[in-house]
Amino acid sequence: MTGYADFLLLLVAALSLAIVATSRLASCVRASAMQGVALSLLPLALWGGALDRHLVPVVLMSLGALSVKAVVIPILLSRAIREANVRREVEPFISLHFSVLVAAALVGFSFWLATVLVLPRPAPSTLLVPVAFATLLVGFLVLVSRRQAVTQVVGYLMLENGVFIFGQTLVDEIPFAVELGILLDLLVGVFVMGIAIYHISREFDHIDTEQLSALKD
Amino acid sequence: MALAFLVVAPAVLGLVALAFRNVRIGLAILLGAAAAHLLTVASLWTGAATSDPDALLRIDVTGLIFLSVTSLLFLAASLYTVPYLLQGTHDTQAAPRRFVPCLLWFLSAMTLVTATQNLALMWAAVEGTTLASAPLVYFYKRRGALEATWKYLLLCSVGIALALLGTFFLGIAASGNAGNGAGLTLSTMMHAAPSMSRPWLKAAFVLALVGYGTKMGLAPLHTWLPDTHSQAPSPVSALLSGALLNCAFLAILRFYQVCVASGDFAFAQTLLVLLGFVSMGVACAFLIGQGDYKRLFAYSSIENMGIMAIGVGLGGAASYGALLHAVNHSLCKAGLFFLAGNVLRAFGTTSTREVRGVLQRLPVTGVLLTALFLAIGGVPPFGPFWSEFLIFQAAINGSHPWLGLLFIALLAVAFLGMAGVLFPMLQGTPAGQETRSREPALSVLTPLAMACGALVLGIFIPPFLSEALARAASALGG
Repeated sequence: MTGYADFLLLLVAALSLAIVATSRLASCVRASAMQGVALSLLPLALWGGALDRHLVPVVLMSLGALSVKAVVIPILLSRAIREANVRREVEPFISLHFSVLVAAALVGFSFWLATVLVLPRPAPSTLLVPVAFATLLVGFLVLVSRRQAVTQVVGYLMLENGVFIFGQTLVDEIPFAVELGILLDLLVGVFVMGIAIYHISREFDHIDTEQLSALKD
Repeated sequence: MALAFLVVAPAVLGLVALAFRNVRIGLAILLGAAAAHLLTVASLWTGAATSDPDALLRIDVTGLIFLSVTSLLFLAASLYTVPYLLQGTHDTQAAPRRFVPCLLWFLSAMTLVTATQNLALMWAAVEGTTLASAPLVYFYKRRGALEATWKYLLLCSVGIALALLGTFFLGIAASGNAGNGAGLTLSTMMHAAPSMSRPWLKAAFVLALVGYGTKMGLAPLHTWLPDTHSQAPSPVSALLSGALLNCAFLAILRFYQVCVASGDFAFAQTLLVLLGFVSMGVACAFLIGQGDYKRLFAYSSIENMGIMAIGVGLGGAASYGALLHAVNHSLCKAGLFFLAGNVLRAFGTTSTREVRGVLQRLPVTGVLLTALFLAIGGVPPFGPFWSEFLIFQAAINGSHPWLGLLFIALLAVAFLGMAGVLFPMLQGTPAGQETRSREPALSVLTPLAMACGALVLGIFIPPFLSEALARAASALGG
């Protein structure tokens, strides 16, 4: 089954780069939704061989992740884009081409990092740790280099996705209820962020977070 | 059972409160929930923790101390909220309907942080506190509040995502020992700690410190805190500073406990002391000449979080001092934010340069403000003097005595900085015709209670509390 898992992990990494490479907010959200689909299939691909042991939690976890990461959150973000009436990223801090280069370098760095930090218990797939690091780091890149509030939420989602991949090494340790709690937090978090974006766009006529800088000493 | 009640009841009552548009009914629910919560927490002090160490809900002595402070502060904040909501605030756009439900959910999430030993569930609860309190920060629909809410949501969520990664790393570090499958509970982790993979354990602690440290307001990760704590309504600021920062501190303590159990915790101590001093230094720089008194108190919180981090990092008797300081700081800072709300209502501005003659216009508030400022400044006979003294003593007697001198110097700068801003506000004559403003009883009784608490802790620490603090400190290697 690791064949499927490796394919999904590579897809996740490719979609991370796709998010960095686009300036259209709608494409960003769509790529993030596809990343959500790939991620939600990952538990099935990784643990499918041992399904008799994990069947119910793994299937439920996949369904939960699918509905939150691939359906509800993209809908929330698309609505935010519509209400705020923005289409594109405004002058990213780092130019688009350069940020793709940085992202590629980050992916390379992740593969190196995975050779240094070796899992004490072998991972179900050798790509798991490098892709988890790569998703995290590219998510950080999006967070710090983009100005539109919606893109920053997408960056935060990528960060969470990276953490989610790491979580796959610990299916035995984390109770199912807690996993659901983590997903619920993510869902409510993006919901509250969506409301905040709505209010920001109404109050300021933009969602450029760089211009949210009135509070200082 | 009591723990499940403490977590679930406020959450359910929050939903109930959502159904009522009437402010008075909402307040009645809030007060009832706060009182019942405090009584239940008090009953926990009598019962011994007997439940199985891997249960989802289980409280230890450290958690119980922090839960008690949270519950006490929540009741005080609820009482303060009564005149705050009923007698009109300085901003009429405020919508009271969301206020009570969000407060109750906030209480539920903070309770869960203290009442679980499962590190992943604790993480979910800490994130829950951010989500429940963000709408409270945005209570006044002003641009500043909106900006503060956005920074709070995004920075804390990102920080906390790193803490979740740290939690997973800890699980990975322990996974070398043949699959125990017992879950990410504190007892399992501490049991597994000596044989944990060191690189993963260290990475886990660093990530948890960065993640929860963001939430705790340790510099340089504090940038959201002054904005959020100054823009939130005063009773919410009191809870954010007095109760929520402690919850984040507790989360860091849990990871520190695992490091202590591993026997390899010098690096964790160094990091805590370092971040602690950076926090104190940054706070001092912004306390001096601060133009906004709510920001002044927010920076003072950053300073005090630094003091607590230093105390834990120094270890030994300073661990006890750090935990005692957490209690002291909560009482003083909640009181100060209540008083800030009174000043704001009377003067209609948070600018330290426009407010003059607080003692004349709001005599009770003015006197209490002076007392609580002296308390948080570390003047005897108030409680913070003793907790800071314990930390200072440990630093002087430790391997680097100059840290003690630096500690005292920073305390002195912070004290003088705050005094330089607050005393001109207290004295002088108020501008305008109105020379005396009304002070609703509950809006001065609650800070009075906080000041009395800080005074009592400075004169006599009840044996049950000192015993609990000592037990909690010994879990931190103190």
